[in-house]
Amino acid sequence: MTTSNSSATTGTKKRFPVAIAVIAGVVLIGLIVLFALQMKNAKQDTLEIGSEIPDFTVTTFSGETYQKSQLAGKIILLNFWSSWCATCDEEGAILEEVWQDVKEYGDIVFIGVNYVDTEKDSLAFLEKYGITFPNGPDMGSRISRMFKVEAVPETYIIGRDGRLAAIMIGAFQSAEEIYTALDMAD
Amino acid sequence: MKQLKWVTLALAVILILIPSTIVGAQDESPITDDEVNALAEELYCPVCENVPLDVCPTKACAQWRDLIREKIELGWSEKQIKEFFAEQYGDQVMAVPPRRGFNWLIYVLPPLVVLIGMVVVARVIGKPGKISAAAPLVEQNEKPATPEEIIDEIEKDLRRKA
Repeated sequence: MTTSNSSATTGTKKRFPVAIAVIAGVVLIGLIVLFALQMKNAKQDTLEIGSEIPDFTVTTFSGETYQKSQLAGKIILLNFWSSWCATCDEEGAILEEVWQDVKEYGDIVFIGVNYVDTEKDSLAFLEKYGITFPNGPDMGSRISRMFKVEAVPETYIIGRDGRLAAIMIGAFQSAEEIYTALDMAD
Repeated sequence: MKQLKWVTLALAVILILIPSTIVGAQDESPITDDEVNALAEELYCPVCENVPLDVCPTKACAQWRDLIREKIELGWSEKQIKEFFAEQYGDQVMAVPPRRGFNWLIYVLPPLVVLIGMVVVARVIGKPGKISAAAPLVEQNEKPATPEEIIDEIEKDLRRKA
């Protein structure tokens, strides 16, 4: 019969576009999921106190390397700053004052992370305000993205156990505030 | 009269020196703002989102434009400067994301989706000639059934069902 032949031909013809439509659907869903994950990641709030901080490395302007995993058992004060930031200068001076006091104990490390800045201006800033604790650029903005830094200054204090102990969004106003934050990590 | 001579001489010296000072300043930076901005407009300020570097009013962006000027003066190519910025501050500062790693999705997926969509549409709608060819009621090389043959077929079907 001619009618049965024609229906079989129609059936084979329809199967192919369905397969392509399924693949297209899967690709589209995958794309939407990827975008959703990216959006979720971007919108995530700042890190929470007590959360485990992933490993990171800061190479200072003078070439020394500070890796979080190698500083286990020490308190790390991670200060994000910029030369163009209006309040970073005053805070830098206060941080330096505290650094001069605590550096001799050896169990507290201050690390300055230079946020989206130029090396020339950063070095001029450090010299101008007499800042001596280790400072280095945030290459590729990797560390600031890890800490979800939105503005500077921001300071994160990591405890001896490698977990986040304190956060300061904005500038420290006094040395006492820094000591209090460091005590939270002890 | 002697004083007037001295004043005239001093004025003449100043008039000669001023243009040479301006030329001297220009010699220090032969790169124009237009040259800097041509590259800056292809970079974005990472602090203030969605603002191209050439129109960004912040101090940070001004420093970056100075940095572009310095790099151009040093003879760096446009590609080298862009790569430097991407390495220093991350790929998010680039107006056109570099073709590497996860960024490839941006370049590959949209054309791929469009292509798949076009194939699906073409297959579903089909070419006008193909619809009739796909499901012919009567094969072209076959003779059409006569009314007697059709009645005969119907009777056969009815007998089978009965």
